[in-house]
Amino acid sequence: MSADIEQAPAWQQAIFRVLKAGGVRQVAYVPDAGHAHVIRCAVADPDIQDIVLTTEEEGVALACGAWLGGQRSVLLMQSSGVGNCINMLSLLQSADLPFLTLVTMRGEHAEFNPWQGPMGRNTQAALELMGVHVMRAHHAEEVEEVVSAALDAAFEAGEKVAVLLSQRLIGRKSWHRK
Amino acid sequence: MMDRRVFVARLLAGLPDALVVTGLGSSAYDVFAAGDRDRNFYLWGAMGGAAPLGLGLALARPQEKVVVITGDGEMLMGIGSLATIAAKRPPNLSIVVLDNGHYGETGMQRSHTALGTDLVAVARGFGLAQALSTDRLDDCESIAQQIGACSGPLLVQARVQADEPPRILPPRDGPFIKNRFRAALGLAPF
Repeated sequence: MSADIEQAPAWQQAIFRVLKAGGVRQVAYVPDAGHAHVIRCAVADPDIQDIVLTTEEEGVALACGAWLGGQRSVLLMQSSGVGNCINMLSLLQSADLPFLTLVTMRGEHAEFNPWQGPMGRNTQAALELMGVHVMRAHHAEEVEEVVSAALDAAFEAGEKVAVLLSQRLIGRKSWHRK
Repeated sequence: MMDRRVFVARLLAGLPDALVVTGLGSSAYDVFAAGDRDRNFYLWGAMGGAAPLGLGLALARPQEKVVVITGDGEMLMGIGSLATIAAKRPPNLSIVVLDNGHYGETGMQRSHTALGTDLVAVARGFGLAQALSTDRLDDCESIAQQIGACSGPLLVQARVQADEPPRILPPRDGPFIKNRFRAALGLAPF
C-alpha cells in the first residue's frame, strides 16, 4: 500500500495533505479512481474515520451530524453522485451548515461512456441550484490551492462548497482490461 | 401495538443525557412531546437522512450516546445507511424505528413494512447483528439500558399503533436547533 501512496499523482497527494492539515476527521465517500489515494490515506490514518457510503446523499447527512458533534468532514464523490444528493442538500441551507465536497468529473473530457454525459454536464448547475458554491480545479498545479481555499470557505466561513476536479486531471480512462 | 407517545417518553426518560436525532414528521413530534431538550436535533426534511446524520454525530462524539428516533418510511428511504452503519460499527449509536407500517404524515398510506418488509431481518442482513423488535411498553426500560450500555450499534423496531396523536410541533428554525445543540456540547460558533 505504501508503494501505491508514493505513486499517486501529486495533486491527489496534495488533497490529502490539505484535508489532514485542515483538521478533517471524517472522510465519507462513494469511491472513484480520482479519489483512490485520499481514500487509501484516510483508511490508513488512525485519526481519520473513513466512511464508505451506499449512496452519496448519506454523506450530506453525515456531514451535518459530524458538524453537530464538532468535527469537520468531507464528502468524496463522482459527478454522477451529485444527482443522488439533491434533496438532501436542502439540509445544508435549512440548518445553515458548513459543507465541503470534492467531486471528480465525468462526461466532460475524452469521455468514452455516453451515460456519464447527462449528469456530468449538469453537475455544476445542480449544485448551484441547491445553494452550493462551486469551485473548479482544471490543472494539477492548482488543486492544492483550490481545495485549501474551499476548506477555509467551508469551515472558517461556514459556506457550502464543492470543488469539481476536472476530468482532464484524471486523464483518459483505459477501457481495455489487461 | 404500542402507543408511540408513551413508548418514546418512557424510552427517553431512561436516557436523560443522550443526543437524540429525529426523522421528520411524527417521530419528531413524539420526541418533542416527551420534552424539548437542547440535545435534540429535529429534522423537518432531508427524508432518509436521520440514520446517516446519527452516524456522523456518533463518530464525532464517541463518548456520548446517540439515539436516532425515526419512522418506518423515513428509515426505508435511507435504508442503505444501515449498511454504512454496520460497516463502521459505532458502539454508541442506536436507531429506534417507530414502525406503524404507514406513511402517517401523508394520509396513512401503507408502507413496505405493512407489505412484507421485515426491518429486523433487513438490519441483520446488512450486518447489524443487534437488531430487535418489541411491541411491549414494558420493554422500554431494558431497551434504554441496552442503549445506555453503548455496546451497539443497535437497531430497535418499535411496533406502534397506526394512529395520529395530536400534533405538537418542535421548532423548525434549523439554525436555532443546530446552534442550541452545539452549545449544549460546549462547541463555540465558528
